[in-house]
Amino acid sequence: MSPLDAGTVSSGFERFPTMDILLQQIINGLTTGSVYAVVALGYTMVYGVIQLINFAHGEVVMIGAMVAFSVITSLAGSGLPPLAIVLAGVMAAVPACMLMGYLLERVAYRPLRHAPRLAPLITAIGMSIILQHLALLVWGRNPLAFPQIIDNQVFGIGGAAISSVQIAIILMSLAMMAGLSWFVYRTRFGIAIRATAENVHIAGLMGVNANRVIAATFVIGAGLGAVAGVMYGSYYGIAHYTMGFSLGLKAFSAAVLGGIGNIAGAMLGGILLGLVEALGTGYVGEFTDLCHWPVAHGWLSERCADGGNFVLFGSNYQDVFAFLMLILVLVFRPSGLLGERVSERA
Amino acid sequence: MAQALLEVLNLHVHYGGIAAVKGISLAVEQGEMVCMIGANGAGKTSALKALARMIPSRGEIRYGNQRIDALQSHELIAKGLALVPEGRGVFARLTVAENLLMGAYHRHDANGIAADLERVYDLLPRLLERRTQVAGTLSGGEQQMLAIGRALMGRPKLLLLDEPSMGLAPLMVQKVFEVVRRIAAEGVTILLVEQNARLALEVCSRGYVMESGSITLADSSAALLADSRVRTAYLGE
Ligand SMILES: Nc1ncnc2c1ncn2[C@@H]1O[C@H](COP(=O)(O)OP(=O)(O)O)[C@@H](O)[C@H]1O
Ligand SMILES: [Mg+2]
Repeated sequence: MSPLDAGTVSSGFERFPTMDILLQQIINGLTTGSVYAVVALGYTMVYGVIQLINFAHGEVVMIGAMVAFSVITSLAGSGLPPLAIVLAGVMAAVPACMLMGYLLERVAYRPLRHAPRLAPLITAIGMSIILQHLALLVWGRNPLAFPQIIDNQVFGIGGAAISSVQIAIILMSLAMMAGLSWFVYRTRFGIAIRATAENVHIAGLMGVNANRVIAATFVIGAGLGAVAGVMYGSYYGIAHYTMGFSLGLKAFSAAVLGGIGNIAGAMLGGILLGLVEALGTGYVGEFTDLCHWPVAHGWLSERCADGGNFVLFGSNYQDVFAFLMLILVLVFRPSGLLGERVSERA
Repeated sequence: MAQALLEVLNLHVHYGGIAAVKGISLAVEQGEMVCMIGANGAGKTSALKALARMIPSRGEIRYGNQRIDALQSHELIAKGLALVPEGRGVFARLTVAENLLMGAYHRHDANGIAADLERVYDLLPRLLERRTQVAGTLSGGEQQMLAIGRALMGRPKLLLLDEPSMGLAPLMVQKVFEVVRRIAAEGVTILLVEQNARLALEVCSRGYVMESGSITLADSSAALLADSRVRTAYLGE
């Protein structure tokens, strides 16, 4: 089901990973990585301004996917052009998620703005659980399938394949990242967001209403997350009420990898994480196939005969890489790749 | 007596159980340049922060014809009240130009903002040279100039300055005070807090002396410079 599996080839020693597989994993990694990057922006913007890890962000992304899938499913038989249907799904998901991001901040986090740091953190975990169960109530425990309305064309490049959905995801993500960068670095309100992230009290002296800036970071992050959720769901063909958990955790890892609070870092971290994950998943089977190792004798050599294999870690270990990377970053460079300051607070 | 632009009655600031400002009263008239001197820890910064609504306080603060003690910090600059905080408080990761633009955040007159930017660059040419640099890379004196220029971008009527000379080399202190003098000459009302009492009293017409949370002396600068208590405690004589 997962397109990531496309390049995972179990082979004998003589069929070691080749260029086309490498290229394929890079394409797959760029696709998931750009989704991670867009989701990571939501974590990093909020963290940058109020030093809160909004653990419910992954759930907001999930609800974006669920809302869009519901709309797309209900319009699937309407005879509208497929692109219009998908667009309608996105247009429903984005405002729904923005509203949810706003309410999360307003109802759950703002009252705890000056509470000890553990309180909002635990609240964030609580909100994540609540949203997950809300989605379970609304959409049930079965995954929603993306209706077959789009003719997903596949193009060959250099022996690898890239689908029109992958192209759309990569381009959309790049456009959103460029748009956000322009907003944050070039507009008045964007400068105010960065000023508030640096010092909320001094920004207040400039006339910046901190509440408005904080709410905006939640709303923008949620809006981006909604699109990311739709992209992620359409890539794998399903949306499920639990999908926000691992996606959110990976995007959070990406944000930490890039340096949490740093916008460029979230983008870099997301793409890198996607690549590491895809390449890791693509090659882990090869490298942990004992038949490739000189230890293959006895019953193992029988098993390895005729191109058999004995793989210790298969591509089902896909999810491990994000967390492995998170741990490595936290051990060796806690401030992340582009982070300048090691956060002094938990 | 002319109408006071700023009038403070019985202002109190507490940090937990500790009283930092214990019921001070003061007034600053339109167009005046007044200073508040006092030793480290006397409560000067706390008083200014309370005036700028950055920390909670008790007591009455009148600005113009309005009580501002119930307002929030971000509502003051639009009314013309600006604070240049202790330690400058420039946005270190923003460029010099972005810092200045933040000073005009509450304004929407693009032409006026552009004109004021020119004016600030004229007054503080170093900022023009460094406008694309992030503020964190500036020297202490340049950061102080930036903090003052940023406050000017808000077109303040009343400028609260908290220790602009802090940590600066004597030559730079002279430059900063020259700038402050020019701002005052343009008609901006100034309340200047300083530990450098001599310098402050030389540029201001009046002064308040603050000691452990209370105002103990209030007089013209000439009288304070001649006062034996001020001379021994603050002028090092
Ligand atoms: N955030 C704070 N929390 C607790 N006490 C403070 C705080 N800020 C200042 N103080 C105390 O309040 C008193 C006045 O400080 P401050 O207003 O900074 O004085 P000044 O500016 O005259 O040096 C000092 O005793 C200081 O230790
Ligand atoms: Mg002080």
